[in-house]
Amino acid sequence: MNSLGEFLHMGGYGLYVWGAYGLSAAILIWNAIVPTQREKSLLRELAARSNGRSGP
Amino acid sequence: MLESLYKYAAPQNFYQLSRRLTPWLAGAAALLLLAGLAGALWFAPPDYQQGESFRIIYVHVPSAWMSLFVYVVLAAAGITGLVWKVKVADALARASAPIGAAFTFLALATGSLWGKPMWGAWWVWDARLTSELILLFLYVGYIALQGAIEDRRMAARAGAVLAVIGLINIPIIHYSVEWWSTLHQGPTVTRFDAPAIHISMLIPLLIMALGFKLYYAANVLVRMRCELLEAERNSAWVRQLGS
Repeated sequence: MNSLGEFLHMGGYGLYVWGAYGLSAAILIWNAIVPTQREKSLLRELAARSNGRSGP
Repeated sequence: MLESLYKYAAPQNFYQLSRRLTPWLAGAAALLLLAGLAGALWFAPPDYQQGESFRIIYVHVPSAWMSLFVYVVLAAAGITGLVWKVKVADALARASAPIGAAFTFLALATGSLWGKPMWGAWWVWDARLTSELILLFLYVGYIALQGAIEDRRMAARAGAVLAVIGLINIPIIHYSVEWWSTLHQGPTVTRFDAPAIHISMLIPLLIMALGFKLYYAANVLVRMRCELLEAERNSAWVRQLGS
């Protein structure tokens, strides 16, 4: 493989190879973001709940 | 060893430990996946039969391995929760399901993208593909069951029973390519004799597989913390986290 074009072409299988890698990356990244955000919002909720109780 | 096992079976201790471990696991997973990607897309030579299309193996096989591994973890955690009533084990089972489903979906989808150029078909009803599809249904069924039963203890118990029954599918998937004549190729790496793959192609595969495993470890810890926070929302240690 010499040029970027050849690299992207993947010997004619570009669509399949990049499709597989793109899909994998998208799903793995999405799968990592969702629970991280969920934990943050759960902790925010908890903080709000305890503030509400100790507040005036 | 046993003592620390007892200690971290307590949700609050586990929660703190998991918070410390996650960044390290996630960092190691990211490094391995990046190194694996470089090997998979650049350093590994093209296959003499399949050309560049074989590079799909580096996402397909680790996903497929993880789809089985995560299911076994889910079932084992389910049994542990069922028999010894360990809350952390219930959380592990429940947190594993969406990740396992994602890996199973990826194994099927990347397999489809590999099957089209090599076999000429996106899908065939051969034993390997069909049993892997059943695995996806098992995961989806487990997740649906968790969503349908409001009481978490009941949901965990029902889920554990489903997961244990579904275990029968795991050896079927693994041996399908030997028991039946399938279009899917036989094992390349997990054989009794030496792997039928050159070392320059094998190393990126092993790096990717380890990266996927650490990704799962980091991801499942975050999901377990969410599960524990929700299940234990009224206990003293969770209230303390908020203050």
